[in-house]
Amino acid sequence: MGASLWFSVDDYHGGVTFNAYTKLLGAPGFLDALYLSLELAAATVVVLLLVLVPALLAARLGAPRLRPVVEVMCSLPLVVPVVALTTGIVGVLRWGPDHFANSPLFQTFVAIQNPSFPVVLLVAYVLMALPFAYRALDGGLRGVDVVTLVEAARNCGASYPRAVFSVVLPNLRSALLSASVLTVALVLGEFTTASILGFQPFSVWINSYGKTDGQMSVAVSMISLLVVWVVLLLMSVVGNRGRKAARS
Amino acid sequence: MTTAPTPVPTSTAADLSGGGGTPGTATPASPAAPTANRRRKAGTRAWLGALPLMVFFAVGFGLPAIAIAIGAFTTSSDAPNGGGTFTLSNLTASLQGGYLTALLGSIKLSALTALVGTVLGLPLAQAVATSRWRFVREAVQSGSGVLANFGGVPLAFMFVATLGNAGEVTTGLGLKKYGWSLYTFDGLAVVYLYFLIPLMILTITPALEGLRVQWREAAANNGATTFQYWRHVALPVLLPSLLGGYVLLFGASFAAYATAEAMVGSSIPLISMQIGDALSGNVLVGQGNLALALGLDMIVVACLVMAIYLPLQRRSAKWLS
Repeated sequence: MGASLWFSVDDYHGGVTFNAYTKLLGAPGFLDALYLSLELAAATVVVLLLVLVPALLAARLGAPRLRPVVEVMCSLPLVVPVVALTTGIVGVLRWGPDHFANSPLFQTFVAIQNPSFPVVLLVAYVLMALPFAYRALDGGLRGVDVVTLVEAARNCGASYPRAVFSVVLPNLRSALLSASVLTVALVLGEFTTASILGFQPFSVWINSYGKTDGQMSVAVSMISLLVVWVVLLLMSVVGNRGRKAARS
Repeated sequence: MTTAPTPVPTSTAADLSGGGGTPGTATPASPAAPTANRRRKAGTRAWLGALPLMVFFAVGFGLPAIAIAIGAFTTSSDAPNGGGTFTLSNLTASLQGGYLTALLGSIKLSALTALVGTVLGLPLAQAVATSRWRFVREAVQSGSGVLANFGGVPLAFMFVATLGNAGEVTTGLGLKKYGWSLYTFDGLAVVYLYFLIPLMILTITPALEGLRVQWREAAANNGATTFQYWRHVALPVLLPSLLGGYVLLFGASFAAYATAEAMVGSSIPLISMQIGDALSGNVLVGQGNLALALGLDMIVVACLVMAIYLPLQRRSAKWLS
């Protein structure tokens, strides 16, 4: 038992002294990279929920035929390896200078690659998070009888938006939360796309910086893993307590 | 709010009033027509709700897919005779020489690590699933989630610090004498296991929790030993889940990029590394579309993997629900 716990959460810290942690804040580019990652994570969560929640609710409430369509759309990104998706994105980005160099569309191609806030990465991250967020939200929806809830609210005189916002969404709170946290963890740790496309969020920064200062890279790695783990752990504990309270 | 009838009574009303409301039988004032209309409108509105997802998907996923499909079969724009002509040379080049070695290397590494991960993951998951302390279960579950999804670069650095050339354990135990090096095929396999085993724990735990206590009790009452119970009851039931887990692990290992890039760069031939190199411009002039062809190769392998996984998952779901 103890061995298995150790094995799965073990992170052998090598020669870490506190020196590495204090040096961290002053390291060049650290804060920029962290901000970029956090901004991207927040934006990804917002876009993801804006796109996914209406589709899932629509599939539940209005058109059952939508459900397989949504499911396939949300599972496909899982099939395509991230590296392959990235090649596709690079291919699309190359269309910019190749075919649209003299059209107004070219400005769009430049804008979405703005290094201070790369929209391309945002799109890629939302795609990558889609399968996980879908699983979490679908599981949450399964536990709640949305159709009955909305009908009850409508019969009490609530409008459609009101029914969704003040009845359905609060019931989905824990599912929304877990989808968001999964997404944040994914965005903070994502490396492949960002590094190939040449942007520098947190994970890429760790990599490039870690090749010069090994000790500090380990310090950062330790902290990042621990923080994400604690957040997920807290969430599962809080989620369980909520479920128990609801049952009693 | 004027009228908000629930669907049930109105749909029966619609059925009673002569079905479908064809213009000949039902006057426009009959209840059938507005109900049908309203229902149709609800349907359209539902599709409108899914519209953002569809548009997003078409742009974010469709365009890259088209780019791969077109690019893999055409000459690239920096080729001597201009870009855009149809060719198979990208694809054939991507299946030759160093690229073929990399593809096979990736497949070999994935098959091996997935096998070890499955074999080691099962007993660990069993130990976690039957643990008496809920906190331990949840700690391991969420820890597995972190390592499996978030691992990547941080994990690689920890391994370099631990087992790398100047790593703690390497120097502490003098492993170099025994020919150990982290920067080889075997070393990479060890590191991969650290995110594959958590992934296996995550995948197999629901199946393990689906094993009924009664089955074990029934087996024990009939005089079966623990070994016999596992051999004749538990493993056959788990087999589809195990195979499914293996396939999933294979896919994860096959697609992994961050760990290898942070640890060994491109010194070990792996297809994901080759794509990364090709995209950063380390290829010959005129072969810009080679990366797209390599990406296509990868997608084909991944699709084969999924084609095995999905039916298996459905079968195990049937048993364990």
